[in-house]
Amino acid sequence: MTDLREAAIVAGNRIPFARSGTAYARASNLDMLTAALDGLVARTGLAGETLGEVAGGAVLKHARDFNLVREAVLASALADDTPAFDIQKACDTSLEATVAVANKIRVGQIDAGIGCGVDTTSDAPVAVNDDLRKVLLQAQAAAGPGDYVKLLGQLRPSQLAPEVPRNEEASTGLSMGEHQAITTAEWNIPRDAQDELALASHQHMAAAWERGFFDDLVTPYLGLARDNNLRPDSSMEKLAGLKPVFGDRDTGTMTAGNSTPLTDGAAAVLLATPEWAADHGLSVLARFVDAESSAVDYVHGHEGLLMAPVYAVPRLLARHGLTLQDFDLYEIHEAFAATVLSTLAAWEDEEFSRERLGLDAPLGAIDRERLNVAGSSLAAGHPFAATGARIVATAAALLAERDDWEHGGRALVSVCAAGGNGLVAIIEK
Amino acid sequence: MSDLYTRIATHDLGERVIDLVGLPKPAVLRRHEPGQAPLDGPVLVGGTGELASVARDVLGGVGLDVHHEPADPEDTPRYAGLVFDASDLATSGDLVALHDFFHTLVRRLGASGRIVVLGRPPATSENAAAETAQRSLEGFTRSLGKEMRAGGTVNLVEVAPGAASGLAAPLRFLMSGRSAFVAGQRLTVSAPSTGATPDLVRPHADTVAVVTGAARGIGEAIARTLARDGATVVCVDLPSAGDDLARVANDIGGSALQLDITDEDAGATIVDHVATRHGHADLVVHNAGVTRDKTMAGMDQQRWDMVLAINLTAIESINAVLLDGDVLGAAPRIVCVSSMSGIAGNRGQTNYATSKAGVIGHVAALADDMAAHDGTINAVAPGFIETEMTAQMPVATRQVGRMLNSLSQGGLPIDVAETIGFLGWSDADGINGTTLRVCGQNLLGA
Repeated sequence: MTDLREAAIVAGNRIPFARSGTAYARASNLDMLTAALDGLVARTGLAGETLGEVAGGAVLKHARDFNLVREAVLASALADDTPAFDIQKACDTSLEATVAVANKIRVGQIDAGIGCGVDTTSDAPVAVNDDLRKVLLQAQAAAGPGDYVKLLGQLRPSQLAPEVPRNEEASTGLSMGEHQAITTAEWNIPRDAQDELALASHQHMAAAWERGFFDDLVTPYLGLARDNNLRPDSSMEKLAGLKPVFGDRDTGTMTAGNSTPLTDGAAAVLLATPEWAADHGLSVLARFVDAESSAVDYVHGHEGLLMAPVYAVPRLLARHGLTLQDFDLYEIHEAFAATVLSTLAAWEDEEFSRERLGLDAPLGAIDRERLNVAGSSLAAGHPFAATGARIVATAAALLAERDDWEHGGRALVSVCAAGGNGLVAIIEK
Repeated sequence: MSDLYTRIATHDLGERVIDLVGLPKPAVLRRHEPGQAPLDGPVLVGGTGELASVARDVLGGVGLDVHHEPADPEDTPRYAGLVFDASDLATSGDLVALHDFFHTLVRRLGASGRIVVLGRPPATSENAAAETAQRSLEGFTRSLGKEMRAGGTVNLVEVAPGAASGLAAPLRFLMSGRSAFVAGQRLTVSAPSTGATPDLVRPHADTVAVVTGAARGIGEAIARTLARDGATVVCVDLPSAGDDLARVANDIGGSALQLDITDEDAGATIVDHVATRHGHADLVVHNAGVTRDKTMAGMDQQRWDMVLAINLTAIESINAVLLDGDVLGAAPRIVCVSSMSGIAGNRGQTNYATSKAGVIGHVAALADDMAAHDGTINAVAPGFIETEMTAQMPVATRQVGRMLNSLSQGGLPIDVAETIGFLGWSDADGINGTTLRVCGQNLLGA
């Protein structure tokens, strides 16, 4: 195999994230993704440019959006001959898209590309009832009036109930929150620890907004200039007052305050070879070094739905001869505060590390001062497919801010996903 | 895009009604379109001074049919422009030459016609009589400007002795559709030009420009106009205006820089962006500005501070960083946007007028520093310009605002943009430290 090239992270852009049914209630995935791409193009001055590839996707997707990313490219300021493809991997969608683009760059197939993702729960696809759908499909094959009469006889009022997308696992019928509640109880994650993590996320993100950190990462959209889920004035008292929404309604610890809400938004990240970046007058924020995916068997109760990254990280560390402590920043997606805390607890647990991860010693604790320092999904919200690109751009921009990192500027990215999937990555300055 | 009154006044029936009641008649101004000739017809250059021959060369050089003597009205009934070199008028008695030239010719000026009178800065005259005569020219041009019909303009260009080569850029500008809303002004060429004549079709080709407040209004027009003329434009505006900014930047193939110009490190951020992306900047346009109107007694300090910080202090800070660094190009141009309010004052705008008058002082004060960088710094002072801001004014106030000038209409953002573009031309280096009004010869502060 030829030597791999570097995949530089050059720029990121997202639209502010909006709670479901608010600022982007009337925006489609195509609208939002186009806006995110256009903001990225404007920031980088790449209008009319042909890129090697744009990869991305959405989790909640209308059937008509089968070529969503390519359509967004056509609607954007990028050259119309920029190829694009859709992928879908739940909450890992845009991180996996970024891996795909980075890999294409590294093996020399393309010089520059964009990883992106978008999701809306406001403009979610609503399908016809499965029974009705079958009748309608048969109607297409009907040969004459007799057939139609026969089919009419099959129609029932109950078939009018639409199929609405549900935030639940196909294999278990449990929602993501219900799954996490099981894991939270297993790891005995206390309520106040979850609330503290949620509060820190809001405070970190509010501070990052205040100091202008997002000026080069976000472009306003439809009158929204900042994430509207952000609660800069949140407090432990306010969070403590919320009732549990997952798990046991009395003894549960997971509330609307320490769980991510349904969110609309889009994010994109531009990657390129350092040479391409220099040719286009763009500076390099960081390098996309490597990634590792994993999955867990949550169906049969062996592992928690959102615990897959716990397994991917030691494998990625081993490949690079690193320890968990060799990082300056940790970007762990906050699906729920308890997800982050369960992940950290598992890495510190000797028995778990030995029996589940097959390690002689646990990975150990991380310096919590380095965790999600510009806030994460609890504050910003979590438009499923957009989150990975948001995190990659945030981590790269954070690393680019300083030159005096203890480990030279290295960040660990970890994003859990529905289906028991997980994807983790290393980004270095 | 003209206002309702202009559309009525230029309509058959509307025109008859307006004639009947004696209201002013705004003309549809001839504005520059890429590819068109500077003017629609021949021009006549009169006078016996040394500037007349320079003017003939300049205007001939842009493809105009230049006459030295009035042509037979049978052959040439209309002139698109008249230039009169009055620089050699040395006594009050000599001034009758103005009457001799314009008395009959002014009637032969076509629609959106151009008159430019050339003189000397009075203070550079050799004696009292000459200084008196040269000072007289301003009264003449301002009055003739008010007699113009059909979109015609009259301007005075004073050329310092030895600075004749600096006349080319202002003359090309004033004798074209680019100067549609510049009327009744006196412009001083204080130094000869050492810059090359720019490409006439794309005068900003291969240059890099920075425009603040580029997301909408006049700033958007500036960015689009500079890009039309060949510049690569860095579009700067507040992060909260980022969506409009991205649209403008992508439309013109520029880049968007979301930035609050009052940030402490705003100058450094601009320098860093320009240095990384383009290496240098040839033209910086300080357009970003706000109004927070209140009469003095009712104005809280917040309104005062905000307007001064954005409209004046930020410009000073950013220019200090630019002059200190090495990001400015070989012949840099800085153009600041002042306002007619800064000249005439305006009720309820003590904060705004203070800041905009300060801008006039700032460009005058920095002229020598910029000259030391082989560059220039100037300001434009827009009068009533049709923008989202003026669209918010009460109907009557708005209509009066439009009418209070020799062209009887509001200007358009592109009129300001074209003027800024001209001050950025490579051979406009004879003009430095000045403020040029883009006001249609507004009565206020004239």
